[in-house]
Amino acid sequence: MKFLAARRRQPVVALAMLLFALVAVGGVYAAVGTVRPAEAAGAASSETQVEMGKQLYLQGCSSCHSLQAQGSTNGPTLIGVGAAAVDFQVSTGRMPLAAPGVQAVPGPRQYNEEQTAALAAYIASLAPGPAIPSAEQVDFASADVAEGGVLFRVNCQQCHQAAGQGGALTQGKYAPSLMNATPTQMYEAMVTGPESMPVFSDATLPEEDKKAIMAYVDNLQNAADPGGLSLGRLGPVTEGLFLWIAVFGALIAVAVWIGIKAR
Amino acid sequence: MSTTNSTSASPVASSPIEAAGGAVATYVDERVGSNKFLGRNLGKVFPDHWSFMLGEIALYSFLVVLISGVYLTLFYKPSMVEVIYDGSFVPLKGIEMSEAYASTLDISFDVRGGLLIRQMHHWAALIFVAAIAVHMFRVFFTGAFRKPREFNWILGVGLATLALAAGFSGYSLPDDLLSGTGLQIARGIIQSIPIVGTWGAFLLFGGEFPGTDFISRLYGIHILLVPGLILALVTVHLMLVWTQKHTQFPGPGRTNSNVVGYPLMPVYMAKAGGFFFIVFGICTLIAGLVTLNPIWIFGPYTPDQVSAGSQPDWYIGWLDGALRIMPNLESYFFGYTISWNILIPAVIMPGLVFTALAFYPFLEAWVTGDKREHHLLDRPRNNPTRTGIGVMAITFYGLLWIGGGNDIIATSFNLTINSITWFLRLTIFILPPIAFLVTKRICLALQRRDRDKLLHGYETGRVLRLPHGEFIEVHETINYKELAVITSKTDIAPLPAPVKVDADGVANRRYRIQALRAKLSNFFYADNIAKPTAAEIEAAQHHVNHAAALEAPLHAYEDADEIRNAHGGVLHHPGMANSNTEQLTGRSEQ
Repeated sequence: MKFLAARRRQPVVALAMLLFALVAVGGVYAAVGTVRPAEAAGAASSETQVEMGKQLYLQGCSSCHSLQAQGSTNGPTLIGVGAAAVDFQVSTGRMPLAAPGVQAVPGPRQYNEEQTAALAAYIASLAPGPAIPSAEQVDFASADVAEGGVLFRVNCQQCHQAAGQGGALTQGKYAPSLMNATPTQMYEAMVTGPESMPVFSDATLPEEDKKAIMAYVDNLQNAADPGGLSLGRLGPVTEGLFLWIAVFGALIAVAVWIGIKAR
Repeated sequence: MSTTNSTSASPVASSPIEAAGGAVATYVDERVGSNKFLGRNLGKVFPDHWSFMLGEIALYSFLVVLISGVYLTLFYKPSMVEVIYDGSFVPLKGIEMSEAYASTLDISFDVRGGLLIRQMHHWAALIFVAAIAVHMFRVFFTGAFRKPREFNWILGVGLATLALAAGFSGYSLPDDLLSGTGLQIARGIIQSIPIVGTWGAFLLFGGEFPGTDFISRLYGIHILLVPGLILALVTVHLMLVWTQKHTQFPGPGRTNSNVVGYPLMPVYMAKAGGFFFIVFGICTLIAGLVTLNPIWIFGPYTPDQVSAGSQPDWYIGWLDGALRIMPNLESYFFGYTISWNILIPAVIMPGLVFTALAFYPFLEAWVTGDKREHHLLDRPRNNPTRTGIGVMAITFYGLLWIGGGNDIIATSFNLTINSITWFLRLTIFILPPIAFLVTKRICLALQRRDRDKLLHGYETGRVLRLPHGEFIEVHETINYKELAVITSKTDIAPLPAPVKVDADGVANRRYRIQALRAKLSNFFYADNIAKPTAAEIEAAQHHVNHAAALEAPLHAYEDADEIRNAHGGVLHHPGMANSNTEQLTGRSEQ
């Protein structure tokens, strides 16, 4: 205690206290503040899938998308969006919307697989739309990675960035990182065009091309960095930051060390 | 052993190594006459300070760039001929690309040690430009560019410009999508120059973009023209440092006509040699551990593609930022378009910045009327206006730099790109002047503290209560080192306002220019806190002595050693001579 007591009036202590307080407040908020609305909705085993989906819909979605899914000023209509759109939005945690903003933010998913399938079945029952892809449709094992790279660079990287790290769009909107996207989610995003994304129907991108793109993104997700630490694969900005802080910091430290007068 | 013979032959040598060294030196001297030259120059004294080594970082990283670059030329093919890639990097196998890109992929994946050397080359190049920038800060803020070193400053600005050219031309050589995007922007900038722009772009690229000539042209520029010029300028730069002697910071025994420091041999040979290997080592370490410019992710260049988050290397970032925050502005004259939105941020602004940078020494000399030689550096606080201008420039640069990374900043910190852009459009005019004022005020405050220290010494924290009840705090004189540093300040009086018509009624024809000069001189020096006069110090010293005398009886009761400990070591006196470790040589000696 003597060690601390002797140093309690140092200027750095104020900073340390501030930092501690911020971390404490932030930590408590993160631990207590998270709302999980879906947990209230239990599984209804006796009803059909569509009926269960409807119940879940009325509880968790209808306040914005309206009771008949026709949409309101708070949310778009879901008639005709198809099961693929529901599966994409719900499985990535974008829906139910955690907070209104320029676009839905992915997060921890609020509905489990069964509930998600029920919601998708209910929305699909309202009007035809893109379906959730079958296992065969997202099996990219035989796809050409290099061809996928070409397609990715032509169609995807102008928003999602060359390494799939995501990029900024206008007015705070953004193309998300693809590093955690599953093949099913990629397929669904391509056919439904969530948020600012255009729809890549089979007329624009045939199934084979979609598989090739999945294969390339999978390669981006799993490939090692042959050059060493990747610095987030964000390009020259992080490289420059690393240069000025770490590399130049080290060089200056050495210069100071050499420049110290021998005593 | 045959040592006896050689030791008896040469009376100076006392060991076999020295004897052998002497023999070699004599052998060489008899043939090229080197002893006289070496004898005169090996003992040359350089002052010691860590900030004097920033230029060395630039020099050493440049050597690393040269050495690693030679290795890369063995494998790189500067050709835009389309080939089908058949190397070992699977995600690009079978893709059509230029030979330049394919050979860079080969360097990265199929040449032994290729990726390490490529990353070393690139990291060292980034360090090179950064070291030049920081070296320039040091020279600027300490006024090392003043007479007689103005030409060397201009050489330095030339080197900085060449470093940017070297970096950008090298960044473009791999012909990957990122560098091609940069080239397309560069071409757009050339095209924005009125009248000659379009023709200039056609000339450089040999036709439409991207054409088939540019990579091979750039290659010649990158490996021959620019490095050749850099080497030539570096040589002259260092020769001038050698003949003009290095500047030094103020300190005990340091004057405008001497150099206090250590001799080249052996001290700086060891320090500089060691530092070279440390810089080399850091370049190698970083190159081995951290990815730089992963061209295999970007893919081959085709003009119809562009990636989100495309950025130039850090040293071009400020220009990219200027382009990004510039509002869209175009004029049309007789069917011709003037693209102010590109011309202003990418041509006019950097042109002004580099011109101002190059001519600053002459501008300051003209404003201040200072024609003296300066070998003793200014402390940044002692020229608040210059320091303020420097910080203002850094702030301006920093804001443009932020603009260059606006998309990465937007996604990383959940901001909108539009508000970042508007923030920068406003602050680029607001923040630099504020930075100037704040810096200037801080400098003046530091000057006041210096003056205070000279007059009243430093506060010891020992409070005395006098017999009649008065409390005083004991002040002690600052030590001789600090005294020498603080008293190095020279006060320059602002120029007086010129007379319009002299006593004989003759009109002053140069009145307007003189009035401007006097105004600027006032801007520089009117707020200066004058150094105390000798009489003022004398009077103040009296005060300090008085307090010490009052305190003296207390000390009589204590052990002498205890007093010394309590006061934090030995008490220094202003008159104390230079310490033994410092050597003096006359500036006129050589």
